Amino acid sequence: MVALIPWSVWIIFLPLLTGIFAFLFRGRGAQLGIVTAVGLLPPLIGLTWQVLSCGPQHYSVGGWGAPLGIDLYADGLSIIMLVMTALVGIGTTFYATGYYSPTGETKEKNHQQDPALFWSLWLLLWAALNCLFLSADVFNLYVALEFLGLSAVALVALAGGPSAVAAAMRYLLVSLLGSLSYLLGVALLYFAHGTLSLGLLAESVTSSPASFAATTLMTAGLVMKTALFPLHFWLPPAHANAPAPVSAVLSALVVKASFYLLLRLWFQVFTNTVTPSVALLLGILGVAAIFWGSVQALMAQRLKLLVAYSTVAQLGYIFLVFPLAQGKGTGFSAWCGGLYFILSHACAKAAAFLAAGTVLYGFGHDRIDELAGITQRLPVTMFAFGVAGVSLIGLPPSGGFIGKWLLLNAALAGGQWWWAIVIIIGGLLAAAYVFRFFSRAFSYVEQVPICRDVPWSMELTALALGLSAMALGIIATQPLAVMQIGAPLAGPVLTGGLP
Amino acid sequence: MSLDFWLPLMIVLSSLVPGILIFCLPEDRIGLRTAANLVGATAKLLLTAVMIWGVFHGHVYETRLPLLPGMDLVLSADALSVLFATLSAILWFLTTLYAIAYLEASPQSRSRFFGFFSLCVSSTVGFALAGNLITFVMFYEMLTLSTYPLVVHRGSPESMRAGKIYLAYTLSGGAVLLIAVAWLKALVGPLDFTEGGMLVAFAGLYRHEFIVIFALLIAGLGVKAALVPLHGWLPVAMVAPAPVSALLHAVAVVKAGAFGIVRVVYDIYGIEFAAKLGVLGPLAAVASFTIVYGSLRALNQDGLKKRLAYSTVSQVSYIALGAAVLGPVATIGGLVHLVHQGLMKITLFFCAGNLAETLGIHYISEMDGVGRRMPSTMAAFTLGALGMIGVPPLAGFISKWYLGAGGLAAGQDWIILVLAASSLLNAGYFLPIIYRAWFKEPRGPWPEDNYGGWLETHWMLLLPALITALLALAAGLLADSPFSPLQWARLIAAREYGL
Repeated sequence: MVALIPWSVWIIFLPLLTGIFAFLFRGRGAQLGIVTAVGLLPPLIGLTWQVLSCGPQHYSVGGWGAPLGIDLYADGLSIIMLVMTALVGIGTTFYATGYYSPTGETKEKNHQQDPALFWSLWLLLWAALNCLFLSADVFNLYVALEFLGLSAVALVALAGGPSAVAAAMRYLLVSLLGSLSYLLGVALLYFAHGTLSLGLLAESVTSSPASFAATTLMTAGLVMKTALFPLHFWLPPAHANAPAPVSAVLSALVVKASFYLLLRLWFQVFTNTVTPSVALLLGILGVAAIFWGSVQALMAQRLKLLVAYSTVAQLGYIFLVFPLAQGKGTGFSAWCGGLYFILSHACAKAAAFLAAGTVLYGFGHDRIDELAGITQRLPVTMFAFGVAGVSLIGLPPSGGFIGKWLLLNAALAGGQWWWAIVIIIGGLLAAAYVFRFFSRAFSYVEQVPICRDVPWSMELTALALGLSAMALGIIATQPLAVMQIGAPLAGPVLTGGLP
Repeated sequence: MSLDFWLPLMIVLSSLVPGILIFCLPEDRIGLRTAANLVGATAKLLLTAVMIWGVFHGHVYETRLPLLPGMDLVLSADALSVLFATLSAILWFLTTLYAIAYLEASPQSRSRFFGFFSLCVSSTVGFALAGNLITFVMFYEMLTLSTYPLVVHRGSPESMRAGKIYLAYTLSGGAVLLIAVAWLKALVGPLDFTEGGMLVAFAGLYRHEFIVIFALLIAGLGVKAALVPLHGWLPVAMVAPAPVSALLHAVAVVKAGAFGIVRVVYDIYGIEFAAKLGVLGPLAAVASFTIVYGSLRALNQDGLKKRLAYSTVSQVSYIALGAAVLGPVATIGGLVHLVHQGLMKITLFFCAGNLAETLGIHYISEMDGVGRRMPSTMAAFTLGALGMIGVPPLAGFISKWYLGAGGLAAGQDWIILVLAASSLLNAGYFLPIIYRAWFKEPRGPWPEDNYGGWLETHWMLLLPALITALLALAAGLLADSPFSPLQWARLIAAREYGL
């Protein structure tokens, strides 16, 4: 009986409702945020338990299933994404209660940030993310994607000021263009196959011209939204100018949402229309992203911009999944590596952005050259940034290490050693930009000017997220077991041994 | 799931847990911090003693935790790991005492220092107990990270620069090591350390791959082991506080590299298989070159710590040389030097720290007549220096004797020449220091005595130096008694060669 409870509906509707309430009852945002964070845990645990014990879950909303109604679907991939969202979401929510606390007014005097707007937009964005990870038809996915994009753009604009508004405007245009391209693909698919359900499309999509066109359009739109080099230009300003909790959510979750959709489509729907050469192209662009993003991060003058460019670089890694999954017998290794990378990057990047936000909050600026000695004033935050940095570099013990190890394994065991070299060099570049900051932060100065005290909730949430990224390096077997449920690829997690 | 299972993990945790506690302590809780340090250090000593007793009585200690499917985190106690773990437990205890006194008046955060200090020791004992190459690499990288904040502890521009160089070298080395290990893992599967070598089972396969991987492994490990031309970071890193330099040169970083080379040669490749592949000759050549080159560079250094650093470059390569010569006698020489060099070099660094801390002496040219002002310190220094030169009956003599005899036994007579040249050079750079300190007139009055009474310096600075000097003496004098380092080395060699 317990197995029949439609947890997925709760997971979508709880943040949706609290988001609307946060708009209606201004000033209650923080409480509603905490209610959502805590309230999402039981349904999430319930759904995870269902998937773990009974395999992938289908649910038809209102009893109207495919091809007409709305279907919800949860497999291991969905669970990983939902848990990731919950981890980062809970962290960000607690951080925001400190960031937007009544005593701590925002430091930039020329504009006021509205906490009520933040809370309602953030909760709606959370609902959109959950909806995206649970939807089972391409149109519903479009709705979730659009909803997600619009709330994200509004959140960026929340920071106010000319640079944030310009960044938000650019983000809006890219987001709309991406969705439009995706929507065109959806339309083509519907005309060609008469259905929108992922499951039915997977059976009917063959290598026809319409399917090719749909594949191209949808891939292009999603790649743009995921900010793959050279379509990343909108990301650094948007992520660096947003308020700290927003930056964390954008970098850790929002870009992953469109990538999730790309994974779903490539590995479950378009298996007949994608070609190795396109996969190779995505991989090469990923390599370019790793190098370009890292070099820009090395040259960034501001801490938040550094972290934002680091996202561009790290997103490059996950695109290596496409060519690596083509390797013989190593597809599943690459799949797990990519997912593990996404998961640990989410925790680490959220921690890094929250820590950078704390620096900005405490010191009133985040110019790296003027941050000498901040470990003396914000040791906890700096420790959180360091731990997150370890995962971003991919050093053990951290989730980033496990992700990279799996990708390395896929590259070396699949006979595509050149990707392994890129992965290793990318790690060294990441070390260079992380420690460029630390060589300022560890410098000793007599007096460190701090503008105002930082609420402990901000310091501790960043630390908790950083430590979760590290914990992922130790408890890898459990997430990997979840990833196997309903995975489109099969095989051993790690290959190697006697031939 | 008994004591036999958990003991290795408990030994690692005995310094990790105090480390985490110390991070959480406020700066002014000096008593509690000291207590945490000493309780941890004592617990580690006791647990290690239990382990020695157990290994002697035939217990098998192995902690095996799944990290990934087909990849375990293994901590186990074989003769070699017990040897090194004991060394690190003893030296950690003494260095902790020393560091507490040394940093008494430091303006920088001591919570941070002792926190990372404990992490550093946890990683040291972790790589000592590692039961496979992957666990080794994990702790090896943890060591890099936990040492960085110690190297830059002072926060001065000079130490920040040293930290940068240290990281550039060690992280690049780590990257090379990682790619080699991932490659080997993809070829042969689990990389458990096996007495006699695990690759022996694959003899006849992948010959060229194994040769290239060996070169990569040695290049990666050689950075920390300071093999020329990868030694550049070591003389720079001596700007760290004296207890850090002491630990770095005696048990932690350089030894991690040397220990790794020993593990790779004996327990991964197996010395006989490595000899068949023809990879030992180049390793012996590089090690010999390093021995002579390091000594030559030490000759003309005026900075006391810098001279000691170049001496380390030279002395640590004795271990690699011992590993590169086929035959049990050379093996014993290399392994026993792992301990002997640690005891002697930590004595020298403790003494250098005492001179700097008590009299402000940093250069050899300032040491005229210092033996009269600090007779105990200089007596300890003299013992350490004479041991390094290889004067019987000190520890260094035993190492050199076995290395030389091993070279002759293997028909590689040129090793005697290398050893003779190195000993001459050792005498050339250590004897002038001893001469100055004991036989020259002081140049002027010494700074005022702050310690009162009859002691020449703080007792916690003096005692560790005296103990390690006596240990170095005992290791040579009592080399033939049971439980001496030499006896352990004989036991290990007997097992490696299946005697």
